[in-house]
Amino acid sequence: MATLYEGYTLCGVGPVQNSSNIGILGVEQGGDIDHVLVTDTSRSITVYKVSDQKPTGSWSVKQGQIISCPAVFNTQSQEYVVVTDDRVVRVWKEDDVNLEKAFKATVSADVLKVLSATDSEPVVLFCCGAVRFLDSLLASPQQPMEDVLTEDEIIRWSTIVKAEHQLVILFSTEQRGEHCLYVQRFNPNTLVKHRFETEPGLSAPISFSATCRGSNIHLLYLYLNGSVYESVLPFRSSSTGAEGVQALSRSLCLSLPLGEEKLMSGAAVVLDEAHVAVVGFPHPSAGACKDYLCIWNTHFQTLQASKEMAGRIYSQLWCYSGKLYVPHGKMLSVIPFDCQKSSLAAAMGKQKQTSQSGKDFSNIKSALTVDQLIQHIKTSAVEDVQAEVGEFIRRTPQADLQLAAGRVALELVSRSQTDANFYPQCAFLLLLETRYLCYSVCPELLSLAMVKKDFHLCQIAFQIFSDIPEAVTCACLKTILSTPDLEMETVNLDMDSVIFMKELTQAHSRSDEEGGQLNGFCHPALESDVSDTPSNKLQRDPFALDMSCPVGLHKGALLNEVLQTAYSDRSLLPHLKDLTVPQVIVFLQYLRFLYLKYSHDAHKQIRALRTPSISQIIDWVCLLLDAHFTVLAVAPEAKRLVFDLHKFVRSQVKLYAELGKIEGSLQVLKSSKQSEDFGMYAIQVIELF
Amino acid sequence: MGEFKVHRVRFFDYMPSGIRALAFNGDTERMAVARMDGSVEIFHCSDRFFQEKIIPGREQCGIEGLSWVGERLFSAGLNGGITEYDLTNQKVKYTIDAYKIPWYTFLVGCEDGTVKLFEVNEDKIQFERNLDRQKSRIVSLSWHTSGSKIAAGMMDMIQIFNVETGHSIHRMLADRGVGTSRSKECVVWSVVYLSDGTIVSGDSVGMVKLWDDQTGTLIKSHNVTKCDVLALSVSQNEDSLVAGTSEGTVVQFQFVSMVLGKDDKEWVRTRTFKNHTHDIRAVAEITTAVVSGGMDAQLVVKPLLDKIEVRSAASALRKIHFPHRRLVFCARNSGLMLFQYPGHLELWRLGESEGKGSSLFVKRNPEKLLHLKVKGEDHIRCSAVSPCGEWIVYSTASSLRLYRLHYQRFLFLFFQISKLPKVLSSANQLCFSSDSSHLFSASTQSSVHIVSLSQSGCKFVGTLKPKSGSHQAIHLLAASEDGEWLASANSDHEVHIYNLQTRKAHCTVPVYSSAVTAMGIHPTTNCLFMMYADQQMCEYSIEQKQYTDWSRTVQRKGLHRLWMERDTPCLNVMFNPQNPSHVILHDTYMLCIIDQSLPLPDDKTQFYNQLTLKSLTEDQRKSHSHAFKVCKTFKDILCVELISDQSLVVVERPLEDVATQLPAPIKQKKFAT
Repeated sequence: MATLYEGYTLCGVGPVQNSSNIGILGVEQGGDIDHVLVTDTSRSITVYKVSDQKPTGSWSVKQGQIISCPAVFNTQSQEYVVVTDDRVVRVWKEDDVNLEKAFKATVSADVLKVLSATDSEPVVLFCCGAVRFLDSLLASPQQPMEDVLTEDEIIRWSTIVKAEHQLVILFSTEQRGEHCLYVQRFNPNTLVKHRFETEPGLSAPISFSATCRGSNIHLLYLYLNGSVYESVLPFRSSSTGAEGVQALSRSLCLSLPLGEEKLMSGAAVVLDEAHVAVVGFPHPSAGACKDYLCIWNTHFQTLQASKEMAGRIYSQLWCYSGKLYVPHGKMLSVIPFDCQKSSLAAAMGKQKQTSQSGKDFSNIKSALTVDQLIQHIKTSAVEDVQAEVGEFIRRTPQADLQLAAGRVALELVSRSQTDANFYPQCAFLLLLETRYLCYSVCPELLSLAMVKKDFHLCQIAFQIFSDIPEAVTCACLKTILSTPDLEMETVNLDMDSVIFMKELTQAHSRSDEEGGQLNGFCHPALESDVSDTPSNKLQRDPFALDMSCPVGLHKGALLNEVLQTAYSDRSLLPHLKDLTVPQVIVFLQYLRFLYLKYSHDAHKQIRALRTPSISQIIDWVCLLLDAHFTVLAVAPEAKRLVFDLHKFVRSQVKLYAELGKIEGSLQVLKSSKQSEDFGMYAIQVIELF
Repeated sequence: MGEFKVHRVRFFDYMPSGIRALAFNGDTERMAVARMDGSVEIFHCSDRFFQEKIIPGREQCGIEGLSWVGERLFSAGLNGGITEYDLTNQKVKYTIDAYKIPWYTFLVGCEDGTVKLFEVNEDKIQFERNLDRQKSRIVSLSWHTSGSKIAAGMMDMIQIFNVETGHSIHRMLADRGVGTSRSKECVVWSVVYLSDGTIVSGDSVGMVKLWDDQTGTLIKSHNVTKCDVLALSVSQNEDSLVAGTSEGTVVQFQFVSMVLGKDDKEWVRTRTFKNHTHDIRAVAEITTAVVSGGMDAQLVVKPLLDKIEVRSAASALRKIHFPHRRLVFCARNSGLMLFQYPGHLELWRLGESEGKGSSLFVKRNPEKLLHLKVKGEDHIRCSAVSPCGEWIVYSTASSLRLYRLHYQRFLFLFFQISKLPKVLSSANQLCFSSDSSHLFSASTQSSVHIVSLSQSGCKFVGTLKPKSGSHQAIHLLAASEDGEWLASANSDHEVHIYNLQTRKAHCTVPVYSSAVTAMGIHPTTNCLFMMYADQQMCEYSIEQKQYTDWSRTVQRKGLHRLWMERDTPCLNVMFNPQNPSHVILHDTYMLCIIDQSLPLPDDKTQFYNQLTLKSLTEDQRKSHSHAFKVCKTFKDILCVELISDQSLVVVERPLEDVATQLPAPIKQKKFAT
């Protein structure tokens, strides 16, 4: 779930004489993540400390001079670079007061932009398409510039992408309505030209955003019709010889809703691999007349967060270290944001209010058979329905099935809810096995299974659904805990999980026989007891006593599934409070049993596909203790359990503290080794004071 | 204060040679050290163990024993010769053949079982006679102080000979080891004959045994180690005895009374030191310390704290790893380095860098231009490369060779100058003038020959002779930048300054009690800057023939305690042409820039203050900084040189690297064959 936090105004946006879509020239990253460099359209460059919302330095050019591109900060030399009057490159340091006195060099061609990436040499992009490293340019400023572009080709946008110490310059051009993307790579220098696909009625992309992910550059671009396309370019040029213009392959990753009004400007910027921030497009549910900053999830096409932006919106939007910089009206706002890794359930959250789910299915093409099946489901007997669903799943192509499975499941659930005698378990299982269902598609399925006490279906659903809301997880947990073990044992469950439980309880008895020293681990309390006579052991050692599993095998298997579900602490905590005291104690006992088993390393010998991890167990123990702290503190029956847990945890903490000490020493050893080893020859710089 | 680009060089594979024998001369306080490669070094024990003299070795010249006779030094080697050294000129005086000699000196035990007696004459030694021939090999020998009896360590036994008759008095059998070692012979590696008639033996079973020479019986036996006891040494007053083992430990025995105040004294094992990783082949007890040396090539001086009254630099453990002479020379103007190995020279070109930061990208790696093997069997005594990099010269005990190098863009020409003037037959020290036009060669009698160099060859110009008439060999030469002056330092601690224009002696620096370890003439002021073995420093104005004011201030205020406690001598003095007040010095563990314009530190000042200064602001630094700027980034430094592009060349030889090239530290039970 992405969040937009309360923003603040960083600075005003200078008077805009022209009607262009530019409020300010640019916002660039400063010397560290807390500093940005704002170049406005008038004549000044200002450095802001963002967290303080204060300017820390400002420079302006003389009357009559024009800043032609946003100033950048060269992190290598700790200098600022700007170009004035198209051809004069100026370089200055933080403590230079007057820009006029700073270093300047006049170059032979018009500069479009200076591009700078962290920890690398700035690159100067000329209007003619030529590219030079700043250093080499300043070494001989008057060097001739080759014309890369044809005469009436104009660069509309440019950026620099850095990864693996490699720089790539991207720029897009326009020439008589044709739009091209150039990719300039260095070492070796290659320039590849791509053509944007044009469609009738689709004008040029209005906003670009490039990021590097893995070994590819992901270029996202926004059209005025609300389409956001993504193109993937390899980071290193794959072909060296193949020249000529290649069409840029693209995929539609977002279709923004449009209002009635004709849009003039807008901008998009990639936040992470799943999120994109868009400004200038209307909020899908609010009125079209307002301008909004929205965060969309491109994976699920859902709106994640939005914020109203007052005043005129420009085609500009920047994102640096967790903050969005939006010029709007007469100000530049800084809006911090947060994008969490989202599950589908989280992604669906907001959209439920904004778009009807029916819309998703309106464009299903292979509707005939699905519609027929749905009609059948409404009326036919359970056996017929199960057979037909099985047939349908076998016959339908995978792509169509993906869309149809949800519809069929929904229909089946709704029939089951109204008709008490109708419960097609096999059909549900078949649908689940397609793996096209998730909780969000058919939310009622899991609660239906609970009502019907169909624990097998529950187990499969827990394994397959990754987006079960915490409330539902808790409800299921409650049902599982409240069901008597006897009833549970008759249920048919996934064999693998039951075998795991069997092994776990057997490993217990085996390790018990061997005095808990199966693999050398021995709890201090246990250790002291081992030396005692076995008869004493039974009375004294709480662990030896409680090493028996407090729940039945099948219940344990189901609880294991619950432990492995995804959840967020904050959402789960209130629902956990619904559990009754006996349920909490049984669950805690089971968790302690698992924890002890894991500490004895018994599970390592058991081969099972899905087993709860030790951190999952500990997280659940913490959550349970948090949720029922007062109850556990007063309940007499919980006293022994809490005491044992504390004792065990204390010994573990002691162990980890010792390990921590070792880690420190090893770290020092490692770093001391690293710093010394430079081989047979090195050239270093030493400084004496 | 400033940044320096540093070429950090670690590819000089210098390997110190293992120590084979030690001999201490208590009268002159000199310690003679013989190494595996046949070289003999003289250390001055009361001058901070400065390595005063080095007599280079030869191929195939193994020394087995060293001995002082008065101030004369003799050695016996495996090649069957007894050698006397000319310590004044630092060379071999003569060698006489005495058949195959494995061990001791001038009284020589031979492998054929004879003990030969030699008489030491004024300038020769003369064979006198053989003692009774034995069946077994003689491994070790020791005189009784009376001169009438000799103890000889052999295989499985010790024999006592009467010198006059030549007959054996007693045979004492040494026990073999138990178990599997039972079948192996017990080698008595070392014997010491004490004046009270006690004979001490160290053997391959790991025992130190005490015998009575009257009865020929064992008094006491100490099991010191599981391996061999290779060396024994007794102190001059015979109250302490040290044994070195092949495990690298030194064990001390002391002759103390068991009951306080009573006179019955016994030999008691008291202390064990472990400062070596390999076999200890020689030990010696000097006045206040135990000196030991072995296969790991380090000379360890372990002070005996009960004999030291005040804690000082002399009371600290001292390990001498590297020679106190320069083995690396840099051609300042052409970025070349000359490495001096015992048997060959290597010429390297330094690499180049680009970029910024604390560790620069090496654009071009250093490159080995030349590998020059020495003609003949003698090892190199000294070498030099001219500042321009076009001349290389080296000298052994018997010959001197001069080479001219010529670089063109891709071509590298190298030829030997064939016709050298006769005076250039051998040199104790070599040095080029700063413009590379002259070669100075230190010769016998503290004289220096001047030879002019040109395209066509070289020509003898003249000889500089000191007024004092000292005969000691020169170990340091320094020429001034302007070509006016030449300074020479010899082992008598004399520093002579010559005027090169008139070729006359100009003056002599007042003689100081400690040896000069490094010196240099300042390029602008023409002051001679000298470093002494006791860590003192002096600056002497050549033109005014007196110490400079700065030097007097240093002497008056004294140097900082931490500076004085350093235990390695400064080996090079350089000057920063960009800042005339800077003097650059180095020893094995640090690089120091002395800024003569800054105040001197007193004992309350923090001496190593670089880290403190780094954390201060520019203004605060001024009040905290003092003249000594010590950089401890580098370790095990063999050479630091400032080359003309203002970068420093630091040649390190990490001791770990040396250790990895040593043979495995296991017990070596090898007989001396």
